[in-house]
Amino acid sequence: MSLTSYFMEATYLIASILFILALKMMSHPETARKGMFLAEGGMFAAIVGTLIGAHIVTWVWIIAGLTVGSIIGAWMAVSVPMTAMPQRTALSHAFGALAAALVGIGEFVTKANEMGTVTRGALGFEVMLGALTTTGSLIAAGKLQGVIAGKPVQFRGQNAINLLIGLGMVSSFVFFWIHPETVAAFYMMLGLAFVFGVMLVIPIGSADMPVVMSLLNSYAGLAAAATGFVLGNNVLIIAGTLDGFSGFILSVLMCKAMNRSITNVLFGGFGAVIAEASAANSGGVMREISLDDAAMQLAFANRVVFVPGYGLATAQAQHACRELGELLESRGVTVKYAIHPVAGRMPGHMNVLLAEANVPYSSLYEMEQINPEFPSTDVAVVIGANDVVNPDARDNPKSLIAGMPILEVDRAKSVIVLKRGQGRGFSGLENPLFFKSCTTMLYGDAKSSLSHLAQAVQHV
Amino acid sequence: MNPAVLIASVYVFALAAFLGYQVISRVPPLLHTPLMSATNAISGISLIGSIVLAGAKGYPLPAHILGFVAVTTATINVVGGFGITDRMLKMFGQRKSKSPKPDAKAIANKEAAK
Repeated sequence: MSLTSYFMEATYLIASILFILALKMMSHPETARKGMFLAEGGMFAAIVGTLIGAHIVTWVWIIAGLTVGSIIGAWMAVSVPMTAMPQRTALSHAFGALAAALVGIGEFVTKANEMGTVTRGALGFEVMLGALTTTGSLIAAGKLQGVIAGKPVQFRGQNAINLLIGLGMVSSFVFFWIHPETVAAFYMMLGLAFVFGVMLVIPIGSADMPVVMSLLNSYAGLAAAATGFVLGNNVLIIAGTLDGFSGFILSVLMCKAMNRSITNVLFGGFGAVIAEASAANSGGVMREISLDDAAMQLAFANRVVFVPGYGLATAQAQHACRELGELLESRGVTVKYAIHPVAGRMPGHMNVLLAEANVPYSSLYEMEQINPEFPSTDVAVVIGANDVVNPDARDNPKSLIAGMPILEVDRAKSVIVLKRGQGRGFSGLENPLFFKSCTTMLYGDAKSSLSHLAQAVQHV
Repeated sequence: MNPAVLIASVYVFALAAFLGYQVISRVPPLLHTPLMSATNAISGISLIGSIVLAGAKGYPLPAHILGFVAVTTATINVVGGFGITDRMLKMFGQRKSKSPKPDAKAIANKEAAK
């Protein structure tokens, strides 16, 4: 090994350590940012090390790629709004997975004959995961952006067809593994993996996206780890595995937050049983509240908890919400925000939206922290959330969402629900919370309702 | 890949998985979005594999071209991912500046009124 190669390996080791440190510092918002600087340093070191130590002979493609990528990446970093963070993340899963798949294909094109069995297995795994994650993530991004309809696309025999494609993909993989000389099997696997990625994500509705995003994150990471096995590169294995496991942990958390299994999300067909579930609803009256009454209630409360849902994000009402919150605080009201784990379209999305609106993170509370506080809460303000506050999930074992952990706003002394109209949530379920005697409804666009509330509070 | 290297790689994988589990389960839900975008940026380290493909000795032109695309997408992830993560974490980092904290008097008055 030459001196430059040793240098390169040293930068990889440093990068690995810095990456791990960075993730460790992610455990607290105060240290997280500093941690990311470490990770950036590690990345930079690894890139420089590679450029020096990897016997580069053709520079033009590298420089072109780095330049184009940096320009697009920097443009994305500056311009993407926080509401579009899920799409952006899905897109970056696609890019990461595509890079892994392409490296795999490149290795196959150049070195297929000299590969050992193990390397070939890792290569197949890398290309397969990379390809299906690429198309799957593109579909997810399209759904989140609204380019593709967010509704689940389902048809008869869908699971059977998916199973067939999946089996075809895996068997071409195995065939290629055993018979490396059959190039067709490799490309067959690649093609089927692209198709499989699409098929995997189209039946899933937008509201289940937190789980899908986390799963794709996990796949993209594992594809990168497989690249590490193919190239015999430890820093790739480490970074890819960290990414893969992070995605895996998040998908488990998201599934728990919806009380569903991963298989149920992927193959469940959630919409199927709705008609029967909602037909059996006991009627009731929703009581409307006027702006002035609502403002009065808030202004004279001691403890107010805001419960933001995805409706808050779509109405872009974060800032209006924070203004109302600050106004109440200045009157001596204790204001907290209750965040359900699946309140947004990706893990932690709602926290980011509120942080962007300058809500201090110390007022953001997780479900487990805030639930015991609802009985002593004077007013809970539900903004564009529905299923995550549906008491049926807790009380009615027959409910479609039975067992899903909820924010127990129905235990608050009074509840004000901000809602566009009298419609139902994404699952189509009736929400008994809206009919409770302590609940009042304030109809209208969340943003204008909140800013009008703020004005009204000022005049109280 | 000879057996010794394979075994070493499996060790690295298993230990990284274990470490990843330990470290990542300590990240609060508050930071899950930045976490996802950070791990994404970090796994953009596949950039180094792409660089090798795009320009190293012993690869033909088709490989260089695949490598070029891979370098581009991986760089987008690294630059975009770190950039956006920093933008998010900056928002979480800032302490409340003007702090309309409820003064004790207002609360006391309220309690008295009850």
